[in-house]
Amino acid sequence: MHNVFLFLRRYSVFIIFLVMQIVALVMLFTDNRFHNTVFGMVSNVVSGNINQRVNRAEEFLSLSEQNKKLREQNAVLLSMMPSGILITDSAYKLVTDTVKLDSLKEYRQYQYLSAKIISNSVFLQQNYIMLHRGSAEGVAPNMAVVGMDGIIGTVVHVSENMSLVMSLLNRQSKVIATLKKGSGLGEVSWDGKDPRYLLLTKIPKTVVIKKGDTVVSSPYSDKFPPGLPIGTVYKVEQDQETNTYILLVKTAVDFYNVQHAYAVKNLLQEEMNELKRKLIKE
Amino acid sequence: MNLVVKNIIRLTLMLAIQVFVLNKVPPLHQFIVPYFYFVFLLWLPFKITRTALLFVAFGFGYLTDIFYKTPGLHVAACVFLAYLRPPFIKLLLPKEATEWGNEEPSRKTMGQLPYITYVVGLTLIHNFYLILLEWLQFGSFLYFTGKLLATTLVSLLMIIIADLLLSRNSRTR
Repeated sequence: MHNVFLFLRRYSVFIIFLVMQIVALVMLFTDNRFHNTVFGMVSNVVSGNINQRVNRAEEFLSLSEQNKKLREQNAVLLSMMPSGILITDSAYKLVTDTVKLDSLKEYRQYQYLSAKIISNSVFLQQNYIMLHRGSAEGVAPNMAVVGMDGIIGTVVHVSENMSLVMSLLNRQSKVIATLKKGSGLGEVSWDGKDPRYLLLTKIPKTVVIKKGDTVVSSPYSDKFPPGLPIGTVYKVEQDQETNTYILLVKTAVDFYNVQHAYAVKNLLQEEMNELKRKLIKE
Repeated sequence: MNLVVKNIIRLTLMLAIQVFVLNKVPPLHQFIVPYFYFVFLLWLPFKITRTALLFVAFGFGYLTDIFYKTPGLHVAACVFLAYLRPPFIKLLLPKEATEWGNEEPSRKTMGQLPYITYVVGLTLIHNFYLILLEWLQFGSFLYFTGKLLATTLVSLLMIIIADLLLSRNSRTR
């Protein structure tokens, strides 16, 4: 027993060092839900407050830019007003964000919750965005986040008044995407090189692709509303090893300069999850 | 100024510079990431005990992680740096920790060459461990070596500039 204490005293510094390293590495490498939630909450509470203050100053500097963008979006929305569209008697309207159960009822599938972005990074390998809207205002993990120009990312952590979004510029982010004009289902990821460009892989070579084609979210995604722009094809490369393309996609959203976003709530998500759970049970 | 107060102010400044300035500077290349915050640990006084140094490093790393949203990454690197700092100093200057006054490592207290060795060595250790951990999660070997070299050079450049601008230890003596 005496020797044990002697040993502990002698190597106390090394033991503390080892314990700290193990704690840090466990935090880093385990995908523990409890720990993630706790870290997310602590970090949201501590950094959220400070980020909010810094953001207030930064936002002031880009006011005119944001104003211009909001005006542009207003113009788009105004042009969509019914008074601006002439519908002849035989015409019918297809609304993409509603699901028709039968010919009488219309269900709303997506609800957009507006939120302000209070912190954002594009220069790291794993970039996150913080929204000033949390669980108290209806944001939940796994919701999609879109901007005025296109997709931004997915909510990963939520605290009471803030939420943390994994942006498309994250090496762990993966979004199912398709080409606007045709077939082909691919995966959008980021290689960490340039925040202006994303990678689109897994599109088969049978699809004809040209520079400038629009990449949009796929109808098979359960988070993102279908048809939202992700970017435009910037460079087409053939993957020598497989039968697919590697496409460099210019982001639709200017990640350097996003201030406002919408968290997208899928109102049918519960129902979808219910069905999926049945599959697992079997 | 009180040593503790001085270091708390320094901690806040280093964190603010790292998170709100360096983190938002557009990099020239994906390899060039400016890391400066760990200089706080390099500049702590000589007489701090090893245990205290480890705990300070843990807390400092955790604060950085909170802003970078990387649970554990900076903690691991900071603790690693803090563990190796005292043996490194002893290797360069054979003197007991208790023999020092309130001085902290600088060109004046350590001498030109030992200080440069100290800064280069520990910066390399910190960046090596940090980028190694990142490499284990993603990236190739080229990514690892390229980023290690570029990042260390940028860190060293910033430390040199900081040392030229600030005249530390002038008032404590």
